[in-house]
Amino acid sequence: MEDRAVIVQSLSKTFDKVRALHEVSFEVSRGEIFGMIGPDGAGKTTLFRILSTLMLPGSGQAEVLGTDVVKNYRKLRKRIGYMPGRFSLYPDLTVRENLEFYATIFGTTPAENYHLIRDIYIQIEPFSKRRAGALSGGMKQKLALCCALIHKPDLLILDEPTTGVDAVSRKEFWEMLLKLKQGGMSILVSTPYMDEAAQCDNIALIQEGRILVTAAPHEVTASFSLPLLGVRSNAPWLLLNDLRQWPYAESVQPFGEFIHVIAQPGHGEPQALLSFLKEKGHPDPEVRVLQAGIEDCFMHLMGAPSHAI
Amino acid sequence: MRIIAHLIRKEFLQIRRNRTFLPMIFLMPVVQMLILAYAATLEMKNINLCFSDQDLSPASRGIQAAFRGSPFFNVMGNTFDPAEAESCLKDGSADIVIVIPKGFEKDLEKERKAGVQLLVNAINGSKASIGSAYTQQIITGWYRTYQQAAGGSIHGARAPLIQAIPAFWFNPELNYQVFMVPGILVILVTMIGMMLSALNIVREKEMGTLEQINVTPIKKHQFIIGKLLPFWIIALFELGFGLVVGKLLFDIPMQGSLWLLFGVAGIYLLAVQGAGLLISNTARTQQQAMFVMFFFNIIFIMMSGLFTPVDSMPVWAQYFNYINPISYFMTVIRMILLKGSGFTDIQIPFFSLMALALIMMSLSIWRYRKTV
Repeated sequence: MEDRAVIVQSLSKTFDKVRALHEVSFEVSRGEIFGMIGPDGAGKTTLFRILSTLMLPGSGQAEVLGTDVVKNYRKLRKRIGYMPGRFSLYPDLTVRENLEFYATIFGTTPAENYHLIRDIYIQIEPFSKRRAGALSGGMKQKLALCCALIHKPDLLILDEPTTGVDAVSRKEFWEMLLKLKQGGMSILVSTPYMDEAAQCDNIALIQEGRILVTAAPHEVTASFSLPLLGVRSNAPWLLLNDLRQWPYAESVQPFGEFIHVIAQPGHGEPQALLSFLKEKGHPDPEVRVLQAGIEDCFMHLMGAPSHAI
Repeated sequence: MRIIAHLIRKEFLQIRRNRTFLPMIFLMPVVQMLILAYAATLEMKNINLCFSDQDLSPASRGIQAAFRGSPFFNVMGNTFDPAEAESCLKDGSADIVIVIPKGFEKDLEKERKAGVQLLVNAINGSKASIGSAYTQQIITGWYRTYQQAAGGSIHGARAPLIQAIPAFWFNPELNYQVFMVPGILVILVTMIGMMLSALNIVREKEMGTLEQINVTPIKKHQFIIGKLLPFWIIALFELGFGLVVGKLLFDIPMQGSLWLLFGVAGIYLLAVQGAGLLISNTARTQQQAMFVMFFFNIIFIMMSGLFTPVDSMPVWAQYFNYINPISYFMTVIRMILLKGSGFTDIQIPFFSLMALALIMMSLSIWRYRKTV
């Protein structure tokens, strides 16, 4: 059996004059969760549509489960489960009817692969007679996952499955994905949420159709070599302005209650920044050294796409 | 086959769920027939008439009496003053003003000829011409009796009268409903077969469900059959239902074979569904599809001979109807129902429809591959 679930080589796609994908290359191993992380409009959906045989690539190669996505698309469709970013089940059919419909067109029954979906389906079962259109956002996504799983695919392709879903449902959804992975399923998932990236085995950061980096999440953060400082005070707006004037600041980004400051190499001591802020008249600023997260890495890469980490 | 069966089952399930759809299927034929067949009639009734009798003779009163006895006319008034009669025409209270000049009876007796003046409101051209024709008929009729009453004694030699007596075949009572009801059935079948199936496909696009369907192993032909067949069945059912309503409400004749009619309808539906599919391939939203279909349907329906006979259209319009499936079906349904035509009589429109169905279907399926 092929040990790679997805092999993409210098894939490009252009719409009219807009370059959606530019020389994208990456690989997804069997049995891993691979996260495609990037902002809206980065090209994630285009990439997933090509891999799901919904769209033809402009140039380059894409092989999914050892099958070419263009030549053998029909064969491939039976083996992948695709969940589009937009809810795409029939809103006027009930939960149960949707599930049965998608099972039958793949030549199977809900009972046959029930073990795969049991954990999720139990949560929506009380609503099995409700129309899919009347479900809440989280429930809809769970049903969509069930429908994408019902034919026992070898690879799941999930396009922003947790966008617009409440925090609890998001957590439950990811627990489900981890469980599926344990069962040997390969999963390719995109998300704009950085906290979800940490749950993946490997991630690719994508922006404006280019992949900036591909690595395991801890490798991405570990390779972040610049000093990172978190700053907090009672006057965050003034603080932000003053921090931007600090001569050794590489970048300044507000991150919740702390402002993250990437300092130039050799200027990572909190003391230097602290005295700078005192001079500016901040009475009691708090400065601490931080461990870089995925989001810090991503923001930094986005700001300077030509930089190596 | 099994997949197609499941697709069709799903489609019927959705149709049954649709709150507007089911009532509309039964309500539409009844309401359309009632309105179109009763209200939108070309028969002339209630023509408002105003006299300006300046002769005030037995003859002029005779003419007035003849009009009062006719079911088509309402005599609104009689005034000596021609200006007042004209004002009736202007303010719309009269459609036709008949001016009988002074000395009318005298001229008639002495010189055997006399004139009356007709002033006709011609805003509605067909109403004006039909109305004035009726008026002349009644005046001629009155003159005949007038002469007979005079026993021909006034002037010895009587002008010979040639009377043409028409016999109206296939619709002896010139019943407008008999002509209209089959036409309305054609519109109904078209709306359901073409518009609804095309809108249904675009709806899947709009909702995004098409994307999910496209990643399944469903093949194009399965999807297309799964979409068109349910509406093909419903449209034929609607034709049957409409025929029953037409029979009960208007007692429309059914001279020919109903099997033949349904056979033609089946082929006709393929042609218009092909056109609908073609439109749904290019449209992104239901609104776009609706608008494009509306545009084509209005033209094709007006040209089809629903209200006015195709034979009296200009030559280019008759050529246009070679590619108008609605026109063929409009002709055939009237031939079969009213005339009792058999297969040999309708061969030409039958095979033309078949050719159109073949062309539209292959064109739309070919386009479908390219766009989706």
